[in-house]
Amino acid sequence: MRIHFKTSYNHDIRLFPDRWSFLVYAILIVIAVVLPWVLDDFFLGEVTNVLIWAIAGLGLMLLTGQTGQASLGHAAFLALGCYSCIIFMEQGWPFLIAFPAAGILTGVVGTIIAIPAIRLHGIYLAIATIALSILADDIIVLMEPITDGVSGKFAPMITIFGIEIERWTTPDRFYWLVLAVTILCTLGYRNLLRSPLGRAFAAVRDSEVSASAMGVHIARTKAAAFGISCAITGLAGALMGFYAGAFNNETFSIVISITLLMMIVIGGLGSIHGAFFGAVVVAFLPQFLSMTKDFVGGGSVAIPGLETGVFGMILILFILFEPMGIYGRWMKIRIWFELFPFARKDMFKRQKSYLKTERLR
Amino acid sequence: MSTLLEINNATLKFGGVVAVNDLTFSVDEGEVYAIVGPNGAGKSTVFNLISRFYDPYAGAITFDGHNLLDRNADAVADLGIARTFQNIELFDHATVLQNLLVGRHRHRNTNLVQEMLFTPKVRREEKRHREAVEEVIDFLDLQPYRDKMIAGLPYGVRKVVELGRALASGPRLLLLDEPASGLSVEETQDMRWWIDDIRKQMGITVLMVEHDMGLVSGVSDRVLALADGAKLAEGTPQQVQSDPAVIEAYLGAGAA
Repeated sequence: MRIHFKTSYNHDIRLFPDRWSFLVYAILIVIAVVLPWVLDDFFLGEVTNVLIWAIAGLGLMLLTGQTGQASLGHAAFLALGCYSCIIFMEQGWPFLIAFPAAGILTGVVGTIIAIPAIRLHGIYLAIATIALSILADDIIVLMEPITDGVSGKFAPMITIFGIEIERWTTPDRFYWLVLAVTILCTLGYRNLLRSPLGRAFAAVRDSEVSASAMGVHIARTKAAAFGISCAITGLAGALMGFYAGAFNNETFSIVISITLLMMIVIGGLGSIHGAFFGAVVVAFLPQFLSMTKDFVGGGSVAIPGLETGVFGMILILFILFEPMGIYGRWMKIRIWFELFPFARKDMFKRQKSYLKTERLR
Repeated sequence: MSTLLEINNATLKFGGVVAVNDLTFSVDEGEVYAIVGPNGAGKSTVFNLISRFYDPYAGAITFDGHNLLDRNADAVADLGIARTFQNIELFDHATVLQNLLVGRHRHRNTNLVQEMLFTPKVRREEKRHREAVEEVIDFLDLQPYRDKMIAGLPYGVRKVVELGRALASGPRLLLLDEPASGLSVEETQDMRWWIDDIRKQMGITVLMVEHDMGLVSGVSDRVLALADGAKLAEGTPQQVQSDPAVIEAYLGAGAA
């Protein structure tokens, strides 16, 4: 068991609690950087896909896991990020400007949409945001002169300082680009969590009444959460566009929204790790199923709805047996080893919570 | 002593029910002022009026010359009014330390971009907040619980953490909604000393709602007795306790 002997307030402020965890993450990043020399192009593409989903997951995690606002409309923001980035590039903007601009635009639009939406709570907010997902499809079709509607768009070549990056011809460069964005987003997320705004997010999630009594402006905080969440999601959407190569109005359907929400629930709500764990499940599940089918010998018979069915079952099992998601399970296993042999079964039992009043609403 | 909080002819109606009826009282700077009364007398409603969760139907509320009715709930905290809740409203999925740091939110002077980049200024501010919070932790003896999650803490400790969160905001006026409810005899005794120290050492004015008459008469300078949202009696604890109208409200006519 590691004991943190704290000698200054910096101990609680800095990114890593001790040298050991710094080392673990440093090794992880080194492995991630050298991955293109180890993996073949197919699996490198799959890992890239995991990272892109993880960025999108971080975006939704900030809103749902951190601030407690469920959204089923994030596919719309993926679409907005994707279309705006590629349209900016078609106007001749370089990638390094178009990409952040797409993120900022998505964030601003997200904030504007949030202003009326944050008056809603819980399930009502989820329903309102479903409308967004559905509307996005129609808006893309209606705005055909800009978006090319049903026929869709093709992602152009990315050029950064003369280096050409493309998903198919240079999968390694594209992977590094995605990795860089992932690390930056994770770092920004982590920084928010250890600063006043991140704590205000958690405060709004756990008790709006006392958050406002402590001087937290509820509407402004929720709008900020929406804005940052949508900006990160927009970046993920742009990367998804480059990853897919071609996309149209059906690429970012409501199913993507639902998958994204399921992903962060399975991964573990309210943790950065959860977004990554969930992304691994979402991105690898289809491959895993088809490989299993080959192994079992299902032949070329397609089973309709298999993926969705398995995914749904996993979600149900998690909600029943491990509401904290994969991250929660991971923590339990870690604590079990750290405390060995002193871990007790009831250590993780949730204590019954005391009466909470909602009547001030 | 100057008047800090002034409530003039405040009235609040929920449909046909008059929760607060033409209530007028004022709290002086540096005193401990208690509100007592039977259940449903409107004590907590008065608190919710001051923290701007409810809009009064009529009347005025001023704090140190500022009209509170012009402000939203979060802007009330900016003036230096902090409160606790009757049913403990802590942030359950955060540690004690994080809860107390949320109390510092009104002193936040960094913006979103700075926080995302975690600039040196943010780090400096974090340390400053932490120092302020540590003072509160020392004051309330919360050291063993610093990194514990609220969800796993016993009731009595949560009550103290909530007091700590209010103190961490560095208030001028502290609203305590039943600070001793659900506490053991010893914990109530601790609470009494803390309230005394809060007033004497920190110079914070305290307005509290409390049922425990032992605590009320022990710490408060003045007591207001409420019944059906209206003032029944006001004065020193002894005066209020021997007031025939108060006895009648609590025990019924003829008991005196």
